[in-house]
Parts: sequence; C-alpha cells; structure tokens
Amino acid sequence: MKTIYNKLLLLVLLFPLSILAQSTFTGTVLDQVSNQPIPGVNVVVEGTQNGTSTDFDGKFSLNVKKGDNIVFSYIGYKNYTLVYTAQKDIAIRLQEDASQLDEVVVIGYGSVKKKDATGSLTTISTEDFNRGPLVSADQLIQGKVSGLQIINGGGAPGEGAQIRIRSGSSLSAENNPLYVVDGVPLDNGGGGVQGGRNPLSAINQNDIESVTVLKDASATAIYGSRASNGVIIITTKKGKSGDMKVHYNANFSVGQVSDYVEVLNSKQFSDFVMLQGSPAQQALLGTANTDWQKEIYRTALGTDHNVAFSGGVDNINYRASVGYSDLSGILKEDNFQRVTLNTNLLGKFFDNHLKVEFTNKTSSNKNNYSNREAIGAAVSFDPTQNVYDTTYGYDYFQWLDFSDPNVAIPNQEVNASRNPLSLIEQKTNKGTQYRSIGNVQFDYKLHFLPELKAVANFGYDYSSGKGYGSTAANYVVSGQRSSNYNNLEEKKNRVMDLYLNYNKTFDAIKTNLDFTGGYNYQNFNYINSSFVNDVVNNVVIPGNSSNETVNLQSVFARAIFSINDKYLLTGSIRRDGSSRFSEDNRWGNFPSAAIAWKINEESILKDSKIINDLKLRASWGITGQQEIGKRYPTTPLYLNSTETASYQIGYDASGVPVYLQPYRPQPYNLNLKWEETKQLNIGLDFGLFDNRITGTAEVYKKNSNDLIVFTSNPQGVGFSNADFYNIGDMEFKGIELSMDVYPVRTDNVKWRIGGNITFQDSEVTKLNLVQSADSQGLTDVGGISGGTGNYVQNHQVGFAPFSFYVLEQTYDVNGAPVEGVYVDRNQDGQINENDLYRYKKPAADFYYGFNTDFQYKNFDFNMSWRGSYGNYNYNNVYSNFGNVSTSLPGNGNYLNNASTNVLETNFVSPQYASDYYVQDASFLRLDNVTLGYSFPNALGEGKNLRLTGAVQNVFIITDYKGIDPEVSGGIDNNLYPRPRTYTLGLNLNF
Amino acid sequence: MKNIFKTLTKLGVVILAMTMVSCVSELDQEAPNDGNQTSSEEFFKDPTSYKQFLAKLYAGLAVSGQNGPAGSPDISGIDEGESQYIRGLWVMQELTTDEAIIAWNDKTIKNFHNHSWTSQDLFINATFNRLDFQVKLCNEFLRQTDEAKLNSRGVSDALKAEINTFRAEARFLRAMSYWHFLDLFGNVGLVTEDSPSQFFLPQQASKQEIFDFIESDLLASMEDMRVPNPASPDYPRADQAAAWMLLSKLYMNADVYINTNRYTDAMTYIKKVTDESGYSLASNYNELFLADNDRPAVRREVLFAVAFDGLRTKTYGGTTFLTHAPVGGTMVASEFGINGGWGGIRTTSAFVSKFNDAENDTRGQFHTDGQTLEIANVGTFTDGYAIKKFKNVDVNGNQGSDASGDFVDIDFPLFRLADAYLMYAECNLRGGGGDNATALSYVNMLRQRAYGNNSGNVSSINLNFILDERARELHWEGHRRTDLIRFGKFTGGSYIWPWKGNVPNGAPTASFRNVFPIPASALNGNPNLTQNAGY
Repeated sequence: MKTIYNKLLLLVLLFPLSILAQSTFTGTVLDQVSNQPIPGVNVVVEGTQNGTSTDFDGKFSLNVKKGDNIVFSYIGYKNYTLVYTAQKDIAIRLQEDASQLDEVVVIGYGSVKKKDATGSLTTISTEDFNRGPLVSADQLIQGKVSGLQIINGGGAPGEGAQIRIRSGSSLSAENNPLYVVDGVPLDNGGGGVQGGRNPLSAINQNDIESVTVLKDASATAIYGSRASNGVIIITTKKGKSGDMKVHYNANFSVGQVSDYVEVLNSKQFSDFVMLQGSPAQQALLGTANTDWQKEIYRTALGTDHNVAFSGGVDNINYRASVGYSDLSGILKEDNFQRVTLNTNLLGKFFDNHLKVEFTNKTSSNKNNYSNREAIGAAVSFDPTQNVYDTTYGYDYFQWLDFSDPNVAIPNQEVNASRNPLSLIEQKTNKGTQYRSIGNVQFDYKLHFLPELKAVANFGYDYSSGKGYGSTAANYVVSGQRSSNYNNLEEKKNRVMDLYLNYNKTFDAIKTNLDFTGGYNYQNFNYINSSFVNDVVNNVVIPGNSSNETVNLQSVFARAIFSINDKYLLTGSIRRDGSSRFSEDNRWGNFPSAAIAWKINEESILKDSKIINDLKLRASWGITGQQEIGKRYPTTPLYLNSTETASYQIGYDASGVPVYLQPYRPQPYNLNLKWEETKQLNIGLDFGLFDNRITGTAEVYKKNSNDLIVFTSNPQGVGFSNADFYNIGDMEFKGIELSMDVYPVRTDNVKWRIGGNITFQDSEVTKLNLVQSADSQGLTDVGGISGGTGNYVQNHQVGFAPFSFYVLEQTYDVNGAPVEGVYVDRNQDGQINENDLYRYKKPAADFYYGFNTDFQYKNFDFNMSWRGSYGNYNYNNVYSNFGNVSTSLPGNGNYLNNASTNVLETNFVSPQYASDYYVQDASFLRLDNVTLGYSFPNALGEGKNLRLTGAVQNVFIITDYKGIDPEVSGGIDNNLYPRPRTYTLGLNLNF
Repeated sequence: MKNIFKTLTKLGVVILAMTMVSCVSELDQEAPNDGNQTSSEEFFKDPTSYKQFLAKLYAGLAVSGQNGPAGSPDISGIDEGESQYIRGLWVMQELTTDEAIIAWNDKTIKNFHNHSWTSQDLFINATFNRLDFQVKLCNEFLRQTDEAKLNSRGVSDALKAEINTFRAEARFLRAMSYWHFLDLFGNVGLVTEDSPSQFFLPQQASKQEIFDFIESDLLASMEDMRVPNPASPDYPRADQAAAWMLLSKLYMNADVYINTNRYTDAMTYIKKVTDESGYSLASNYNELFLADNDRPAVRREVLFAVAFDGLRTKTYGGTTFLTHAPVGGTMVASEFGINGGWGGIRTTSAFVSKFNDAENDTRGQFHTDGQTLEIANVGTFTDGYAIKKFKNVDVNGNQGSDASGDFVDIDFPLFRLADAYLMYAECNLRGGGGDNATALSYVNMLRQRAYGNNSGNVSSINLNFILDERARELHWEGHRRTDLIRFGKFTGGSYIWPWKGNVPNGAPTASFRNVFPIPASALNGNPNLTQNAGY
C-alpha cells in the first residue's frame, strides 16, 4: 500500500519535469552478491540536485538527459557511476565496500563510528558468523576474535563454554565476560538456571545482528563494576522500513562420533585378566564382545528453523521471529529443544525527536541431559560382558555381590561401575527452562536543544527452570530405586539506566564533543529450592532453599573529544556500589582514559594510494569486580542445616529421639572490597590498498590487584578453615594481531583471507595473607577422578595460574616410565609432596584462528581453522584407567576395562601425580567448511533462495593422546566427544 | 501557571530524590530472604536458637557440613567425608599403628601406615582444620552467650540457667578438641572467646600452656555440666563423667605432653568415673558397636558418644566409614547392615597375634575366609585379616534405619567405662595410687565379659599386658597411637609391625613422628606458628 502511495507521489512530483523533454530512466538496484534489492539507494545526476532514492523493491525512476552522469550511492557500498545512454530497466549491482563496513560500533551507553573508536573492540556481524548447528552467540564467533578464547564444554548440543577475554582477570572470582544483550546486562556468565544449557542459547542465533567484543579498559570501563573480564555486546536484528520481508532459515544436521577413547577390546581384556588377574577375577570374565562406547553413542540428528518477519509501517519498524530447534546429542537420549520468540519494535515520534524501542527475547527449553556418567562408565566397563542380562530382574548386566549365599536376588557390588547403557536408560535427567529478556528504551532529543539527548532504559531478565530426574524401579543400586529429584530455580534481574548524551561539533575549534553521563541500577534476585524423593526410605528430603539478592548501583560519565578529525580523546569515570560489601568498602571508582591519532588524516598520508587507514591508539583504565560467588560475604549469618544433617539432642517424654537442625555461623569478612584491574593497551589499526588489507595489532598489560582469593584462615580465626580475602595479585600480558586480506575483489570473484593470533601470558604475583618462603601456594585446585580428593594443579607466585603440580617421572632406557620412581627434586632421600613441581599449564602460549571466504558468482565457499599452542592437559583417562589395580580391583568382585595406555606403562598402581600424564595439547582444528549457492529470484522476483552444506569439526591435527585436546581447565576426564556434524542449510527471503 | 509549573518541578525533584534514596538503600542487603540463612541479630531473637547452635557444636563431631551427607561443607579443600571429625581422628590414630591398614589410593593415605607423612598432607590438614573448626564454634558460642549479650537480648532467667549448662558443655567440647590438638600436633595457637573476633594472628602456645588451659577450663566448668546419669534423657550430650574422663586422659598422658608425672591426679578423676558416675559395663561387648547401641542397656557404659543416624545424621565419615570401609572380599555386606563394603581397611598380623585365644575372646572378631594373615600388597583388600567390629544391625540382626544401606545408625563411643577400668589398672601399675586388687578385678571384669566366663581371667597384670589388653578391648576406637606413644612403642624400633616404615616386616621410624606436623596451610596462614621439630 505504502509503495503504491510513494510511487503515486513520485509520479505527481515528477510530472512537471517530464514536460522538459527529458527521458525517464528506470531500473533496479541489487546487492552484487546476494542479488537482493537494496532500498534507499541514492540515485543522483552528478552535479545537480536532481535525484531520488530506490523504493523497497530497489526500484527507481528518474528523469534524466542523455549524457548525464548518474551516481548510485549507499552506505556500506561503493559508489557506482554510469553515463545515461537511454538504457531502460537495467539492473545496477552495487558492491559492498569493506572500508565502509562496520561503520558504527556499539559501546556501552551509546555507539561510535568505528574509525573514531579509541578502545580495543572487535565487531563480528552476521556474514562473518560461524555456520552449522549452532545455538548460541559464543559459537558464532569462536575463533574469529583475537584475545577471545572460547572452549566449549564438549559435544552436547547447546553445551556451555568457557569464554575468556584476555585470559580473564581473576583467580578464583568470576572470569567470564559481561554480556549485554540489546542494552540489558545479563547476570554473570550470561545467567541461566536449572534445566537449561548454555545460558546464551536463550537468544536465537538467527536473530543476532552483531557481536561486539570490548577488550581494553577504555572500551569496558563504562561498565565499571562488571567489566574486568571484558564485555560482549550482543545486538539483535531490527526491522527496516519498507514492506514486510520474510526470512526463513532452516538447518538439518547429522552428527557422528569422530573418535573413541582407546580401550582394550574384548580379546585384549580377556588376555590381560588371564595374565594378571587372580583366579577369582579370571572367573568373572564373560564371553561377549561389547564395545560400550558404541553402545552409548549414536548418530545424532538435528533441525533448526527460524522465520522472521520485518518491515516498517509509517513511523514504526518491526521485526518478529519464531525459532524452533530440536537437536539430539550423540549420547543416547541427549536432546535439546528450544522455542524462541524475538520481537523488536522501534517507533519514532515528534519529528524523530522521540525514539522508543521495545525488544523482547523469550525462549523455552526442554532438555534431556541423558546421563553423562555413562561416558566414563563406557570407558571402564568390562567388554567381555553382554549388555543385557535378565536373570535377576535388573534387565542389564550388572556387577553383583554374590557373597551372601542366602539371598536369591543379589544386590549391587557397591564399588563397581554400572552398566553404561543402564545409566542412560534407567536414570533420567531432564530440565525445562523459560527465559525472557526484554527492555524498553526511550531516547529523547530535546526540541529546544537537539544536541542533548535523554535516554531512559528499563530492562529485565527473568528465568525460571527446573531440573528433574528419576531412577527406574529395577535399577541395580537398591538405595536409588524409584527415587526422583527436583531442583527449582528462578532468577530475576532488573536494570534501569538513566543518562544524558550531549553531542555537538564546535566548528570554531574543529572539535566534536560527545558527552554521556548517567545513573545505572541493577538488582539480581536468586531463588532456589530442591528436594530428593528417597522412595526406598519413603522420605522426601528437601534441600536448603534460598532467596538471595545482589544490588549494584553506579553513576558514570564519559566524554569523547574528536579534534580536527585527527585526534581523539576519551575519558570516563564510573562510581560503583555493590551490596556485597560493607558500607565502608562498598564504593569503588573506576576511571579510564584513551587517545587515538588518525595518522591517515595527516596531510602526508591524506592522498596516499597505499595507506588509506592508519590509527594509533593508547588507553589506560581501571575496572572492578565484585562477582565472588558468595552474595553476602561481609554479613554475619547463621545457616540452617538440612534434615539429613540433624543431630540428636536427647529424647522426648515418650523416649523418641529429638533431632535438631543445627545452625552454623557462616564465615564472613567485613573488610572485603573490590578487585581491581589496571589495564594498559596500545593498538594500531591499518588499512592498505583501498582496504584490501586491513588489520589491527594490540599489546596489552593487565594488573589485577586485591584479588579475592579463598585461602586459609589463621588457625583460630574466622568460622571455617578458609575464607575470602583481597590478597592476590596477577599480571596478564598479551599481543593480539588480526588481519583481513582480499587477494581478489572483482565483480564476480571475491576472495578474503582473515586471521588472528593471540599471544598470552599470565602469572600470579601475590597470593598469601602472609608471604612465607616455604609456601606451596594454593594446592587444592585441579581435582581429578580416581581416589578421593586428588589434585594436580596449583597456584603459586611466579607461575601461571593452574600450573600442573606433579612429580617428575623417570624413564627407563626404552623410554618407558618407571612405576613409582620419581626425581627427588629436593634431594632429601625420599619422594613425597615436597618433590612436587610446577610443570606446564593448561593455558595456551598462543592461540589463533584463520578463515577464508571465496565467492564466485553465486557460489560461496568458507573455511575456518582454529588452533592453539603450548597448552597442556592432564590425561585423567590415562591416569585413572591405565593401571592394573584399577582394572583388577581388590575391593570387590568386579573388573574394569583399561585404557590401552596400560600396555605401554604396565603400571600396577595408579600414579596420579606423575608428570607423564601431563601431555602437550597443542592442536590445529578445521572447525568448519561451508559451501553455498544462491538462487536469486528463484521463487519469483525478489524471492531468493540460498542453500548451504557445511561440515563442522572436520578434523584435528594434534599430538595429544586423548580423544580431544581442547579441554577447558586442562584436566581431560571423560569429555563428551565433539561430533563431526554435517549440516544442510536453507535460506529463503521474500 | 508559572507557579504550577514550579510546583510540579519541585514535586518531580522530590520524587526523583526519594526514588534515588530508596534505590541507594537497596545496597544494604541485610540477609537472604529464605528463612534458612538468618542474620545473627535475628537468629538470637529466637529463644530456641541457643539449643540449635549448641546442636552444631555436637554435630560438628558427626557431620561434615550443613547438607548431610555432603554439601555446604564445614571444611573446604578436601573430600567432605574425609573432613569428618571421627574419620579424621581415626585415620591418624589407627592407620598409623599395628591395628589398621588401608588399601585405597586416596592421596597420601598410605603415608600414615608408612610413617612418611609430610606437612602437605591433606588428611592431616583436614583433621587440624576440623579441630580448629570445633574450637572456633565453641568460642563463638561462648561469645554469643556471655552475660552482657544475654541481658541485652532480654533472655529469661530460666533460659539463662539452661544456657549456663550449654556453656559448660561448649567448654568441655573445646577442651576435648584442644586435647586432640595437643595429642596430635603438640603446640598450636590457643584461641578462646576472649581473643579478638576479627582477623588477627594468634601466637603459638607451648604444650604446657595448652595443657594448663585444658586443665583449668575443665576444672572451672565441669561443675556446671549436668551430673552424671547413664540413663539421661539428654543423651548424647556430655555430662560431668565425660569431663572427668577427659581430664583423666590428659593427666594420664602428662608425661608425654609436658614431661610431668600426673598419674595421681589421673587416678583421682578415674575413680570419680568408676565410683561416682553410676555408669556400668554393658553385658555384651559386641553390642556396643551395633546400630542400636544407644539402647539404655548398652549406653550405660558409654561416657560420651557421637551419635549417628542413617536418615537424620548422614555423613561419609564417622561410623558409616567405619562400617563400610572394612568390608570386602568374601564378607557378606548384609551381615553388616549395609549395601556393600568399600574394601579398604584390614589389620596387621601384629594385632592378630594379640589374640592368642581368638576363638574364646569375643573381642577378636576376625574375618579370615579368603584373607591372608600377612600382607604382601597393601593395596589388596584380601591381604591381611579383616575385622568385624562395627555392624549396622540391631541385636536381632535387622538392618539400621536407612533402607538403602548407605548410612548407618551406630553411635561412636569416644569414652567408655571399659577404658576407664584399663586406665585405672595402668595408672595403678605406674604408681598413681588405687589398689592392685581393684585393678585386677577391673581387668577381669572386661575379660569375663569377653569370654562369657572366667576362663580368660588373669591372675596378675603388668604394663605390657595392659597395652595389649587395651588393643584387644579398645581397638579401632581411636586410642591406639596415643597408647603406643605413652608406652614408647609408636616410633623407634622397640616395637615394629608389618609395613611400619613402608617395609613388609616393619622397620623403625624416627621419633619426631610422635607428633604430626603443623599443616603447611596453617603455617602459611600464620607466620607466628613454627613447625614441629623434624618436619
């Protein structure tokens, strides 16, 4: 309707001109790559005021004379000029201009032109996102940003990830970046409650327009209290004015196990037991040939659909989308289902002076987590046993205790592991989650002073979820039969920002001032409750319910000066209060300053054909952190116990024991205060040869002080053996390089190669309440499987955090490790904990990603690689299952399969502390290969279709001995294998 | 018109200011709003709070945290079960001796038997921290219940009187933990309710100072404890008999602790236990270690017990550990009222040889089927005889309250009258007074109970006999290391047993190991502490 109206208007307006014997030039403007029409393109006769713009179908009509130069221009595209020679209805294809892309980047409480940014930030938008069966923002940008390392937790669909910007900034407090979604800062780690998976999966990946990563203090300080670990800003797609457009996206994926843990097969295991086992153990052997890993894994299917409607009517733009995902994991039963609803409304009123934006992202998840215990059990379960055995009514073969000849149905053998398939099929773990993130933002440009803008933003993030599960009535563990559990969680996060923005150019001094100042309020409310229904004892055991609140408030100000379009100065200050701290320590001040020099604007370079962009940046700032897990760390509290931790205090009158639920005074530290991180950053942005080569180099140094460390109390002090103190210092250093190169950029062929590399180094520089020479540092980090309470990592001054803390293995002449023989490092004649040393670390020395896009006409091809170097893993699968005594246990009548590693070491007993198990986990992975083809106007004019085929996790090159070197935290213990996934994608626009 | 505008502006400013003020006040988050976590101020408004706090002082001996069996732990940095009081005490007192050896691969646990532990040892650290936790709880209880605090809260006189008894019990419990400190670690920091309640670095007290503190604090507070009553409806709270027993044990070992002979003082309090307390021997030895050992007919012998319950007081330490860990091999789990053994703890042949008459002495409850007497491999459960002492069944053989067979009901006897009888005999032999005939009769009362008749009675006793008799009567109850040290047989070469010193037949070990090292983490936390000699 509106189109017709516009066309009529145009006709009426143009009518008088046609009398002047001019011709009407008509045509359509299309995007060169996608062949989609571009609305709003300026079409002007050069040197005149005569012009128009394209309508919503990319069509234009202009009265011109022969010989006129007609210029087509549109932001983000290269200008195109043609000479009018009476062409009719031609199609003009505009080419994207890389130099103009990412023109505007979002920063906290505002946005800035990319070329004017003084801080270190990287924006990745739709076309650069990773492809495949991905469901969350972090997966879209993995490997794309220097200084950002993302290690997902394994191969389950929608799995969470460890996400670190510049290694994080803390030791034991939060290291996750702050996520801000359309102006709503999420709870730490992205929020998330029981019953969900990756918290970021609440935002449908198809709805994301861009992800901006803020790295240095200048960029992040405006988020002061929560910015120490960097900030990730997620911006969703908005409607554009024009007719309603419909986008439909669909993915179909098939995932397969790419690698299995190497364990003894049935024959090897029989031989092993016959050789090493006692007669009793030999008698336990079965005759089957079962590959337990093949029993628990499967080919996983997945599908993801998203339909979006967008457009604009009068002064209101809208976009709404519905998404549905159903992804199965390769572990049997594992399934992730998600429905998302995303709406965005933008209204402009009073002559565009008032802008009101409303956004809402709602998601509902249904998860079947399956039972991850099966992964470890499949490694260690005896391959000579059958999967099923119905003799005793347990349905599955299980290790049973036959010691009591008087019972007809023997009980479970307590120490044995359970049949992996029974773990999956007889024990369920499920979850449901609902989440809604929304806000409304009023943006008012004062009528009498349009340079001044008042902004009010009210947002919320509400989640509720339930994790639940149950156990079959004939499950082998008697105490768990028919039992079920239920964990409920609710999170309510409210945010309010009130700020003023003043933006004015003072021509006299060639200076632009952009000032922002305001107030921020955030309130987090956490509600938990749970129960276990112990059917065997016929009791329902409630957990301790909790209802806790954290409140954060701040005032902030920022000024950006742009002088002569050459020199940029940014200064910001933020004052933050947190309810976590007592009144005396509650407030922290977090300033930052930055300068940038656009060298390319200097006269020597202004006309350079080689250098078209060159900017030198330097920044300094302090950010704070208060996210330490505990929500009331400075308040004296008494905590009630559960009913199961009661204590008998006497008997009542009738002689029945009276149980009281004891209260315990909780540790607190009145003096706790903000962690602070000072960061210095120097960066250089460059663009060469008409931006065919662009890149950024950055060097940073961060010093975190007053780190909150959970450390030993002096004996006699406090209420527990350890408490939180502001005692740690750390230093982080790094160099980041990223570059994009276009070897070919023509009308038909576009080839881009992009890459980034990050060198990083972190060190603990202070750790103890009291520094003593023989301190071993913090030793209880890096817990492993096998025995109880065995740790293999350590924090110590002068070393990288989480350094492996192990004994130095000695080897025989053949290079085989000698069992139990270690280097006596302190030369006291005995081998004990005093000989432990720090050997390697889980963090990489450097990590990198590179990717390439190749487009030829309607074909496109994309490849992303990712790697890391100098990171080590502790192979806990080897150390736990690579010895004789674990396979032939002395504490019961059962057997465990062994890692094939046992054939190499021949270890009799576990040697958990040996550095033999610390293995180089450097790797290079081909993450993704995508091939696409676009069918322009496939289903009619302007109705485009694109098909893609992608392979994820194509292959990996590594010397690491486990199934996958990429393990967050560096302890490889029954990782959920990352599948190789084949995806077929379909994309339809009309 | 202008006025209205002005008024509106003013109103706007006031409303905005009020909003801001109320917002800023939200930064004062007093306490969670869930009823399970209460600010101390709120908590003590409730008159029943004192007893619930006292319950934690006792529960600290039984559970490992606030969510039995695991979760919200009292001690961090170690497996929760291993941080439980009785389990921690037990592994240090028993695994280090001839009475017990363990097959597991948990961290450094085998160092106990090898006598090769270091200051880094997490088990030692856990026990140190558990003792410290108890002391800190007791100190806080005493701080929160002093006269001034109670008055300011308007506590009634009746409740005050009750709280006065609670305070005496808190002081007893603290004295007991300090005694364990003294016995295991020697000199440690001495912190009381009068010490600063905020961060400070305590000085290390000498053994003499700790000894004196325990003695004087017990003497000052025991009168306020309940009078001894074996059939008390307040079981398992401690009464005066428990304090007498603790004091006797302190005096009994004074020669070890402070190089001073206090046997006469020991005898004074042993006599109070034997003569004045009213406690008497249970008729059946084995029933002392069953699920229903809180029956009046059994607990009449138990001067102080830590109570466990399979449904209400759950832990992976305590008697749950002591019942599960020693079951393995061909042992039948259901006989022990549990769902299966953990296949860990056995004993050495040195201990087995104390029973030259095992068929008749019902205290020698060995499981030998499928077990070897000698231990070729420490890690193999079937090497070494197993011991069947703790059983989660009642006198009729019925399983305890937890139908799943995970957690047990057996109460752990910290102090028993039988111990007092043997202390009497030893004290008498060491010249502490009393008379030899009574000593002999006490010994024979125990033997008669064990044999079911007088066939095992002895006609004379000497110190070596007493040490062996203590092993027979009190094995696996957490006394052995202290006893061996008192007899000079723990370290050195005067007595060796299999795998002492990490050698199959046993080897002498260094005498500095008579005390454990101060844990490295405690030294790091407080530079005022110095390490024990030899470590």
